[in-house]
Amino acid sequence: MLGSFAVLRKQSLLGDAISHAALPGIAIAFLITGAKDSNTLLLGALVSGLIGTFWIRSIVKKTHLKSDTALGLILSLFFGFGMLLLTFIQKQPNANQAGLDKYLFGQAATLVESDVWLMAIVTGLCLFVLLLFWKEFKILLFDADYTKTLGFNTKFIDILITSFIVLAIVLGLQTVGVVLMSAMLLAPAAAARQWTNSLSTMVFLAAIFGAFSGVFGTAISASQTNLSTGPVIVLVASVFVFFSFVFSPSRGLLFKQIRFIKNRRDLELHKTLTFMHHIAETHDDISHPHAIKLLNNFQGFTRKTLQKLVKKDYVELQGNMWSLTEIGFETAANLYTKQSTEDE
Amino acid sequence: MTKIAVKVDDLTVAYNYKPVLWDIDLEIPEGVLMAIVGPNGAGKSTLIKSILGILKPIAGSVSIYGKPYEKQRQLVAYVPQKGSVDWDFPTTALDVVMMGTYGSLGWIKRPRQKEKKAALEALEKVGMLAFKNRQISQLSGGQQQRIFLARALVQNASIYFMDEPFQGVDATTEIAIINILKELRKAGKTVIVVHHDLQTVPEYFDWVTFLNVKKIATGPVKDIFNDDNLTKTYGINYKVSIQK
Repeated sequence: MLGSFAVLRKQSLLGDAISHAALPGIAIAFLITGAKDSNTLLLGALVSGLIGTFWIRSIVKKTHLKSDTALGLILSLFFGFGMLLLTFIQKQPNANQAGLDKYLFGQAATLVESDVWLMAIVTGLCLFVLLLFWKEFKILLFDADYTKTLGFNTKFIDILITSFIVLAIVLGLQTVGVVLMSAMLLAPAAAARQWTNSLSTMVFLAAIFGAFSGVFGTAISASQTNLSTGPVIVLVASVFVFFSFVFSPSRGLLFKQIRFIKNRRDLELHKTLTFMHHIAETHDDISHPHAIKLLNNFQGFTRKTLQKLVKKDYVELQGNMWSLTEIGFETAANLYTKQSTEDE
Repeated sequence: MTKIAVKVDDLTVAYNYKPVLWDIDLEIPEGVLMAIVGPNGAGKSTLIKSILGILKPIAGSVSIYGKPYEKQRQLVAYVPQKGSVDWDFPTTALDVVMMGTYGSLGWIKRPRQKEKKAALEALEKVGMLAFKNRQISQLSGGQQQRIFLARALVQNASIYFMDEPFQGVDATTEIAIINILKELRKAGKTVIVVHHDLQTVPEYFDWVTFLNVKKIATGPVKDIFNDDNLTKTYGINYKVSIQK
């Protein structure tokens, strides 16, 4: 759902950076408390995720670095630091340390009821804020400068969106893990974008795709032994993306190709018809028969196109001779004028 | 004496070390249709953006009808450069025009029937009513520019700032746009346009500002649009035949 905003802001990598940035937070939270209470750990993740995000923003603002460079920098820095801390923790004589690495790849099975409640509450909160500030989010995404001139505090809206993205990511960490979290954020949004041209539908669809991936992924991994849930969920989400890229009616590859071929055929037909019209014009009688050979000199001609024209009653075939019908002549004439006015 | 709509004092703006605008003083009288001309990198867009508070100047102040800009926002409408937004954004023409009403709505409140009606009227004014439900990515460059213009018209402001509204539009759209601008002036509005085509300045505008980091000259087109000022602004011997 929130992924839609990341995709539209061309900040798709942000999710990746945030989830990696959350890792040292988890480790530090563990070191301080020495306990594996998931709420404390997630709080740590949230804090370091937010720090990472705002670092990225200030790097982009204050230096000449592009945002992808800043993202990559912060991502590897935080992840490296997080891994360092994790290995340090593993060397410690603490029985509790085992299982921290579940945040790397996620382990839905370790979720307990209280975790699920927390997720539900935060999701509800996200939904509420999203509905409340829908108008502001939308206009900021489309045209930030203009939003400023209307008197809106763009910084506030921006921070609000970013904070919620961070929150969503941190919550997903337990399920999908640091490495795959960004896919969870972006895949539903990317898939949804293929199906619609309206922002509200896109956000709605992304939420549905995301939920379905979650449910299906969990179901599949539960039905088999030794299939961890996180990766399966991401795979299911990727299937949605793939399907959307290929089969979406307006933006999908398949229908684009079909339309392309159809347009070519139409143009071929029109060209042949126009050519015939040219020849017919030189005679007094429009249905004056001509040899098919004559058409062979014209590149666009194939027997198939001619037969299609016959089917449309534009052309009559008698043996090896063709002649334009009345309808064919008129269509060709109009086609011609229409095209020339469009050229102007 | 006519009122001063926009007053700029000692405005200086820099991105890094080099100033993009240096010590600009500018007074724009109410009811003029003004062109800002100057070479690339002269700071034309920067001037508009700093007046509108999008960029933070190093020094200087801006007042709108004698009061600070922040208090007079509702009097000012802005048409950004067409290239500044992503036209693949999932929304429709009507939706974009509706955004012009967001400012008067304020936080959280949603646009209603009244706002929709205003947006439709603005679309009609720019001749785009038939395209209201069209996806914005499927509009031509000229149509996108008209949509931006309509969005500013909805704001029903007194002062309009436009950043190169004629860039990349065909002759029909250019005429349509300039006619709307002239109508705005007739209604007593002040219109300030960043403009590139020097040939059309005398025909379209009645006021002009020459800008190249510093302000070179500002005043009525008939008085100051001459070879002398053009040469000072563009640095080369510029000859323009002014049709009277």
